[in-house]
This record gives sequence, structure tokens and C-alpha cells, in this order.
Amino acid sequence: MFGSVMNSFDSNLFDDFRRLESEMDGLFGSTAWPAGIRAVRRGTFPPINVGATPDQVDVYLFAAGLDPRDIDLSIQQNLLTVSGGRKLQANEDAEYYRRERFDGEFRRVVTLPDDVDPERVDARYRDGVLQISVQRRESARPRQIEVK
Amino acid sequence: MQDDTREVTAREPSSAMQSSRQEDELVIRPAVDIFEDANGIVVQADMPGVSKDQLNVQADRNGLVIEGRATLDMPEGMEALYADVRSTRYRRNFVLGGELDTDRIEANLKDGLLTLRIPKRAELRPRKIEVRAA
Repeated sequence: MFGSVMNSFDSNLFDDFRRLESEMDGLFGSTAWPAGIRAVRRGTFPPINVGATPDQVDVYLFAAGLDPRDIDLSIQQNLLTVSGGRKLQANEDAEYYRRERFDGEFRRVVTLPDDVDPERVDARYRDGVLQISVQRRESARPRQIEVK
Repeated sequence: MQDDTREVTAREPSSAMQSSRQEDELVIRPAVDIFEDANGIVVQADMPGVSKDQLNVQADRNGLVIEGRATLDMPEGMEALYADVRSTRYRRNFVLGGELDTDRIEANLKDGLLTLRIPKRAELRPRKIEVRAA
């Protein structure tokens, strides 16, 4: 019945991205995460991922359809707070069958590693993902020690 | 009318074999708003991280499939500290009614928000019927 729609799912359309995606799925997909003291119930909007390298910590907020002007970002020591709102415009003349998308104000607090530098933060919004990059202090990076 | 946007839960048997590898993958069901006005049905889906070239929308008279891949800008050698989002793959299916004109679906993707406008066939749009006084 759905053959014509379904059969092309396994097409090559996304093959180019398989490597990249398997890296991300491998990175964020498997572990059971210990709950932080500020952790919130799963399903809270917006969902976030946090990743780190020796140089920086990156926080990703998955929040489609935001106006970047409605996002409020602040960082105090290693505590990052993101708040904002997504006000959906209800269509008065329409009959709604589903309303699953988040509507309203949100606020999330993320505890970053202790060695981040709150003076060096960069944030950008692309394709509905807000990425906040915070640099780490030099002293925290692994250093090559020369043996004399 | 409710049935028009009923979700497909049954799997297509013929595709079960080829997609067995994908069955293992986690798939995110994007949150959707669906409403109907005189002109047709509008579907809005949250698909953050998906750009136009990684979006796949397919429709015929029976079904609508929304599918996409999210990509993140990740620096080399990143380790995960925390993750609410465990997959990059979005997918959701709906059944469409025959009164919808799948050849004229308009799709718009902006900031990870997909908006689909599915018009009703012109001859099936509700007509105002005038009642004349006898």
C-alpha cells in the first residue's frame, strides 16, 4: 500500500552523511548520563547536548523556529543560563488536530566544567540549533612534557 | 477529517529486509502541529539541525513521509559530556486522504522548522451554499 513511498527510503540520499552521522550518534548516542544536580526531566524544551575538547566546551540547544533576539544568554563562572521564548501564532480560523510543539517561555541552566573562561564565549544560531562555544583556560589543556 | 492525519504505525513488510540496519538506529519523532483551514492542511514540524539538502519530504495520495538528518558543527576530537538528543535521524509518517492535492504541496524550511501546506483539490473545497428565500 505504501510501497511507492517507502521503497525509496533506503536510497542513497543520505549516504554521504553516514560517516558524519555515525560519528555523532556514536558520540552522543550510547552512554547513560548521570543526573546533575540541576538536571531536569527528559523532554524539557529545548533539549541540549554538551560536548568538550581540551580547548573548548560546546553546548547545543535544539530549538527550531526561534528569533535569535528572543534568546537570553548569561554565564557566571561555569554556570550557563539560556532563557527565551517561542510564541506560536495560533491560526484562529483553523481546526487543530495536533499541538505538540512547545509554546511559551523556557529556561535551562547548564553546569560546565570548572576550567571554562566566561570571558570567551561565542554563540550562533543555525538551522534551529543554538551552539554556544566556551573556551577553556590554557592551564586545563593537556601539555606535552619534554623529557630532557 | 480526523483520519486524514492518522499516523502510520504498521511497517511495510517489503521494506523490512532492506531497512533492517536502519531499524537499529534511534529515530527522533519530530513534534508537530497540524491544522486545517478552508484551503487545506498545514503541518509544522520541529527538525532542528536539518538543512534543506538533508530534508526529504515525500507524498503521494496515500501517505506523507517527513525525514531528515541533523548535522552539528563539532570540533575535532570532541567528547560527549551530556546528551538529551541521541540521534541525528528524524522521521514521521502520516496517512493522507484522497481529497488532498499532493502534487501541489508547498514546503518551507526555516531555522529547523518545517512547514508543509497541503492544499485540498479545488473541486473539493467547501462551497458556500446560498439559501434562497422561497
